[in-house]
Amino acid sequence: MARLNLVEAIDQALLQEMERDADVIVLGEDVGRDGGVFRVTDGLVERFGEERVIDTPLAESGIVGMAIGMAISGFRPVAEIQFSGFVYPAYDQLVSHASRMRTRSRGRFTVPLVVRMPYGGGIRALEHHSESMEAAFAHVPGLKVVIPADPYEAKGLLTAAIRDPDPVVFFEPARVYRAIKMDVPEEQYEIPLGVARVVREGRDITVIAWGAQVRVAREAAERLAAENRADVEVIDLRTLSPLDSATLVASVEKTGRALVVHEAPRSGGFGAEVSAQLMERAILHLQAPVRRVTGFDTIPPLSKLEDYYQPDADRVVDEIVGIMEF
Amino acid sequence: MAITTVATFGVERVEVMDPEGVVDEALMPDLSPERITELYGWMVLTRRFDERMLKLQRQGRLGTFARVTGQEGAHVPAAFALHDEDWMVPAFREAGAFLVRGVKMEDFLQYWGGDERGNLIPEGVRMLPTAIPVGTHMLHAVGIGWALKRRGEKAAVLTSFGEGATSEGDFSEAMNFAGVFQAPVVFFCQNNQWAISLPYYRQTAACTVAQKAVGYGIPGVQVDGNDVFAVYRTVAEALERACGGGGPSLIEAVTYRVTDHTTSDDARRYRAEEEVATWKARDPIERLAKFMKKRGLLDDAGEAAVASDADQRVAQAVAAFEAVDAPNPDEIFEHVFAELTAPLAEQREALRRRLAKEA
Repeated sequence: MARLNLVEAIDQALLQEMERDADVIVLGEDVGRDGGVFRVTDGLVERFGEERVIDTPLAESGIVGMAIGMAISGFRPVAEIQFSGFVYPAYDQLVSHASRMRTRSRGRFTVPLVVRMPYGGGIRALEHHSESMEAAFAHVPGLKVVIPADPYEAKGLLTAAIRDPDPVVFFEPARVYRAIKMDVPEEQYEIPLGVARVVREGRDITVIAWGAQVRVAREAAERLAAENRADVEVIDLRTLSPLDSATLVASVEKTGRALVVHEAPRSGGFGAEVSAQLMERAILHLQAPVRRVTGFDTIPPLSKLEDYYQPDADRVVDEIVGIMEF
Repeated sequence: MAITTVATFGVERVEVMDPEGVVDEALMPDLSPERITELYGWMVLTRRFDERMLKLQRQGRLGTFARVTGQEGAHVPAAFALHDEDWMVPAFREAGAFLVRGVKMEDFLQYWGGDERGNLIPEGVRMLPTAIPVGTHMLHAVGIGWALKRRGEKAAVLTSFGEGATSEGDFSEAMNFAGVFQAPVVFFCQNNQWAISLPYYRQTAACTVAQKAVGYGIPGVQVDGNDVFAVYRTVAEALERACGGGGPSLIEAVTYRVTDHTTSDDARRYRAEEEVATWKARDPIERLAKFMKKRGLLDDAGEAAVASDADQRVAQAVAAFEAVDAPNPDEIFEHVFAELTAPLAEQREALRRRLAKEA
């Protein structure tokens, strides 16, 4: 078993799935000869040629719109949007077409499409490269939204996303890309979409996170455990849509407390949906209000102020302590 | 050093039949008398169907829809030029093309009557459903064209849209992608000169839509969109070129929207009746009828018979449409995903419980 980072794990998932299924096509800006600006598609064009690893003109809507046509024709396109901050021209294609083609054609035409893109902050990036707008996609009926937290997860979730018969938006936490290496099995495996994962078991409080924030939540949990202050259960949501509320509810029934951590803006963020689900389904088990550690309702600041915006273990610890003392 | 011309471009216009039905034999497409008669039948059916749909809408039996009367000379011969293995990716003002391609009138009525089940294109018919968002569907045609080429199929895609759509960004992206990938796509613009209230000259400073092809390195041509032979000839040529590996092209069929934009619009608010009257006099069906009468393919009795046959078929379709049972509310949750997700199953159950309580 090789130790891979997130970039290498995704590259391997793409390579193996392209070998297994000749209908899998990778397309996007600079995905071919350059191997992608983050090198996620490194080596693919050498292996599969320019017919299956397609450098497209610079047009996000064009990439996703063309990929929809490919998918309708039975191919399995995996489109890369270079940064999620540039996806908005393609949002129309996702909302107006990819998400609803199955419904409106009553099943005659389907769109087995994956749109992958890096998202999130913490990498000292330039403007438009740190946003975390997953809630805007999770709100769209007919789209699945998947966010891996680490290399192992990324390989299994991406493999499942490519095999899924419906459109999947796959957000890759840029901050995790090269931050960690871990054992990733050489053979292919799928992690089913729509099933959350208990990352760390605990008795006192449930912390729910996704993407890069899963590590932040874990760090806070370990710190509180070391200090004997709280036994924290950490859940990685993995899939925002469809949401696995059963796993969240089962956890909160046990712990009686919950905190959601996301780096996206606070108001209308996906934490609000998680919180509402827990109110509806587990209110009598809750010993304190469900709280949130999030970004602010502001444009993500540039690098000098970024650390004030991004959730970190200190903020998570403080909020957990506040909930425990409620 | 010097200033030199590095490229020059021209835009051609194709006209085959004049308003009196006189044709230039040298330009006539390869269409047998039987095929011409068939094409005429589709155009009359489209007109009668459109008129009946308007009545149904006024009676509250159909929702808002976009009429096609006056544009049968453009989209009907374009669809008629397609082979079964070709695809069509339409916008929302191509009723005649749906009929030509094999979509039943009763299904079409069902969709516009507010029942999504009518949007199920029959298996084997290579046509996407109506696309309401303006100018975003042409990219799908490029993807489908790419797929045909990759699979080595000798077929092409025709995608249709109005001149308003050519102002949308996705039009540009679709033309550019099609050019770069040499996708077998025919971009077919029904330039009816009005995008709701906006006239052509306010839509673009370009004197033709056809010239927009130049910027993407693909051929562009203008045709008289009320001249079925010019349209058929040009589309057939473009399809053949696309199938033979010659890449995409753009066709601008200049026609006119003699009706309101949709049944919810009142065009008298923004344009002169005289202009509409001028174009009504250039009716594409009458023009074809004049030609056919000169050739002995049609007489007054035959003309009446075609119309009454069309009316009968439309009446049967309306009866079939009205006989359809109301959809089951469960339909809302079907076909969202391949498999019903847990949240959707729960929401469906909630609706079922509420309905059971009311029953």
